[in-house]
Order: sequence, then structure tokens, then C-alpha cells
Amino acid sequence: MAVETGKHSSPQGAKAGGGFFTSRPTKPYIHPYLGGALLGLVLFLSFFLTGNGLGASGGLNNIIGFFQDLIAPDHMDQVPYLVKIAGGDKNPLDAWSVFGVLGTILGGFVSGWLNGRLKVETIRGPRITPRTRWFMAFAGGAIMGYGARFARGCTSGHALSGGATLSAGAWAFMFAVFGGGYALAYFLRKFWN
Amino acid sequence: MAPFPLTLSTLLGHWGQYAVYALIGFAFGFVLESAGFGNSMKLAGQFYFKEMTVLKVMFGAIVTAMVLIFAASGLGLLDYNLIYVNTTYLWPDIVGGLIMGVGFIVGGFCPGTSLVAMATRKIDGLFFVLGGLFGIFLFGETVDLFAGFWNSSYLGRLTLQDWLGLPVGIVVLAIVLMALFMFWGGEHLERIFGGKDLKREPKVRYAGAGALALAAVIVVLIGQPTTSDKWQALEPDKAPLLAERAVQIHPGELLDALHSDALKVILLDIRNEADYNIFHIAGARRVTLAELSDLIPSLLLEPANTIFVTVSNDETAATEAWKLLTAESVPNAYILERGINGWLDTFASADPALRKSTPVAGDDRLRYESAMALGARSPAATPEVDEFQVEYTPKIQLEFKKGPSGGGCG
Repeated sequence: MAVETGKHSSPQGAKAGGGFFTSRPTKPYIHPYLGGALLGLVLFLSFFLTGNGLGASGGLNNIIGFFQDLIAPDHMDQVPYLVKIAGGDKNPLDAWSVFGVLGTILGGFVSGWLNGRLKVETIRGPRITPRTRWFMAFAGGAIMGYGARFARGCTSGHALSGGATLSAGAWAFMFAVFGGGYALAYFLRKFWN
Repeated sequence: MAPFPLTLSTLLGHWGQYAVYALIGFAFGFVLESAGFGNSMKLAGQFYFKEMTVLKVMFGAIVTAMVLIFAASGLGLLDYNLIYVNTTYLWPDIVGGLIMGVGFIVGGFCPGTSLVAMATRKIDGLFFVLGGLFGIFLFGETVDLFAGFWNSSYLGRLTLQDWLGLPVGIVVLAIVLMALFMFWGGEHLERIFGGKDLKREPKVRYAGAGALALAAVIVVLIGQPTTSDKWQALEPDKAPLLAERAVQIHPGELLDALHSDALKVILLDIRNEADYNIFHIAGARRVTLAELSDLIPSLLLEPANTIFVTVSNDETAATEAWKLLTAESVPNAYILERGINGWLDTFASADPALRKSTPVAGDDRLRYESAMALGARSPAATPEVDEFQVEYTPKIQLEFKKGPSGGGCG
């Protein structure tokens, strides 16, 4: 794994002339404190300009709602929670969070491309197979998605945005996320180490 | 008046505003990927103390943004009342957080980081995103089974400074110091569990820590604008509204607003308890000016079609309350023209129990009396619209100050 020290690129895993996606040399990640400061600046600008913070799961929620509305519009009108997303004529894609999600995907892609990190791979612990990792990723994603809606926000929308604006619930949520992760980490150590 | 946040929908149009959100999203994704958050091993390392990148980036971002937000608010550039502060549903927050922590260690991502992993062609990221979408779908289909719990322990726009009863600058400074302590501890955990050589870490991080602590001290020193500071800044814009009587609504208009399905009316009765007990308009809530200050966070969360009407016997106290609401950025605040006396001049004929008192009372004193306390039981508290054909100049204009609220995940 690339360590965030040194300023020069280490061309590990990249082949010169490997096509659009993998032609650039792999560069190390930026230092975490610099990453934190830059992320904080983006978060501040978001609040400063728009009054809203950052987020991911809300946009995903609306995207899911859009497809559900295509398949079963009546269902969307009948379930109280779903009415808010796509009840009646409401277009679930007409929401700022959806555009934030699309921007996030594009931004991640461009950073990955500039820094030569677009290799198709499954990043996993040394003791598990890719297939196990895929299964765990799907299961973890499902648990995470469920929890994010339960807490009315994900790590970025709730912990990060609510943390910076000093929301009491966001701070309780943040400590609960770390608590839940640490409580289970020991039992899952063979998947990651 | 604090110029930020901007009213994007007015500046750029309904769809144009989304370009700003897409750009901010772009920067968000770019920084997440640059910091290594597209890599699940780096994220999971947090839970084995090998790599404290998650802690450093997350808390680094929170304290940076927090210091900037409260510095900008302290300097009068940013209106803290107009930015979205995640509402607190304490127990659902905690239970949801625990579920997410489990998902984090099982799946290796959180929703935002998995998008970045997917975008950089990591197959585990793609599976996590698909799982996440499935989980979100599943929640929408099952939330009605436990809607009671999900909506419980609602505390509104509760902030740490309100909860602790401390000045916000002190809270900001305490969180910065806590974060610096956690960074220090995190580095030593990395040394012990991850075998990291701290001597190779850039020395400039000490300067960064110092700058952050200094910025927090500055936030303490500049403080936050008080209600009267805010009113002073607004006075040139807003005082003419009072003088032109643009915000004093006629009793007839209030009655129509109370009967309108398109509006939610919150009546704030600023009189003493005795007058309130003699007579008040149905649905009016009695608050003192001091209580009104504490009520601001909840008023800010009312739906966008809410109008707030302040009521006193004449207009003196109601005008003070209106200034308070306006200074605190509560949108759509109005004053009942000539107060309860004006209301009763218009509608008292509905109730023979109410009669004009003699001698005529002074300013902002009730000029009607009744043998017993009528409260809202008087027919004049709920006059029939059809019975009174009242002519007035309409003044209510709904204004949408705030950007679309609801956090990124809301």
C-alpha cells in the first residue's frame, strides 16, 4: 500500500502506456492532515455558499427512489416514508443531494485518473479471496445503507457536516459509529489483517 | 446582514443552483480520493490502530470547517441561523450510528467513500455501493414497522453549545484541543500497532496544530454576534419596513391566513398572562421576549410556508418581538396591526361578553374587559370568515430565504 510520505511518485502497479485508465504513474496519497484540512475547506465552502453540508446517502436515497418510482409509482404514493421522496408528481432526481453525489463520483474519478489509481482491483486483506471480499462489501454496504437512513445521515452528511456545525445528535452519532466499529473489529480481524 | 449563505435558487435559478452542488461534490470526491478514502484497507486500518487516517482526515476536516464557520459567523459574514444544523433524534442517531459502525468494519467503506472507490474502479467499492443501495431500499420498505422509535427523542436543532450552556467559542476551542490530543494519541497508536516511524512525519504538522489552536482562540475572542448586534446590522434594511407599515397585517388578513390551507400560521402572543387569560386568538402561544429567544432554533425548523405573527395589546411589544425574530433570520415574520385591541375592534361584536373598558388604558394595554377570563373560548377568538367581510391591503408575501435544507443525507 502506498504510504503518504515523500513527494515523488512511486510507479507501483502502473504500466507505462497502459491505455487511458492506467497510463499515468501511481502517486502516493496526500498526507492525512493535509487531506483533513482540504476536506474541511470544502465542507466550509459548502456551508458558506449554500447553507448545506456534504453528503452521499441522501442523494443515493433519491436515486433509488427514482427507480422505485419507475417500477411501482403507486407503492411510492402509499408508504409514508417514500411519499416524501417520490410521492405524486415529485421528481426524486430534482434534489441537490443527487447532483452532489454525481459530482462526488466524477471528482473521485478525476483524482484517481490524475494520480494513476484507476486500476481495476479488489482491495482486500491478505487472508481472504476476492469473492469473500465482494460478499463482505455487499453485506457491509447493505448494513451501512440501512444504518445511514436510520440515523438520518451517513458519515459525511451527519458526522462530518453535523460535527462541524456542532449538532449534538451528530456528535452522539459519530461516537456510536466508532463504537460499533471497534466493538466488532476484533471478531473480524482475519478479514482485514 | 450577513451576506452568506447565498440564496442560490434566486441567483442561479432552480436547476442552475445544482451546478454549485455538483462542483462542491466534485471537490469532495477529489479530496476523498486524494486522501486515500477510496482504499478500504486504509479505512479499515483505523479499527486496528494501524492507520489512523480516518481519524486524522475526519477530525481534521471537522475542526477546520468548524473554526472557519464560527470565525465567519463571528465576523458577521455567515449567518449561522441559516445553515443547516442536523436535527437531533438522540436514540435513532445512536442506534443508526452503531449499525453504521458494524457496516463500516464489515464492508470497509462508508457511503461517500464507496462512491469514490467505485469511481476509481475498485470492485469491492462497486459491491459496497450496490449493497448500500439495497440497504437504503430495505430501510424505505421497513421503516413503518418502527416509525414510533424512529421519530422518538426528537430534540430539534440542538447544538453542543446550547446543550452545555457554554459560549460557542469555548466549545470550538475545547473540540480543537480534543482533536489535537486525539491526533497525538493516534500517531502513537500508529507507532505501536502499525510500526510507523514518527520521526519521518513532516515537522510542519506542529505549525498546523499551532495555527489551528490560535484560530480557535481568535474565535473565542471575537465571539458571536448577539441579537442586538444582528438587529443593528439589519436596521437600515428592515426599519423602513416598520415605518412603511409593510409588515403590520390587518386582522382581516390574519383571519384569512389562519383559514388558508397554503399557510401555517404561528401566533406568538407577547402579553402578560392576565391579559392572555382574558382573551387571546385561538391557537396563540404566549411567550415572553426572553422565552422567544430560546424558541428561535425550533422556529427556524418550521416549514417554508410558515408565517410568524407577533401579537401584543397594541404594537409596542409585538414590534420588539418582530425585531428579535427578524434579527435571528426567522423568515416571514409579521406584526398584528394594532394588536389585540385592533383585532377586537374588528371582531368583538361576535361576543357580547367583551366590552370596551373605561377609562381608556395606556399604550399596549388591553382596552377590552370581560366579567370572566374568556381565553380562546370567546367567539371572537375564532371569528367566522363569512360573518365579517373585512377589507384590507394584503401584505403577506412568502419569502424563501433558506437554501434547500436537509443535510446531505436528509
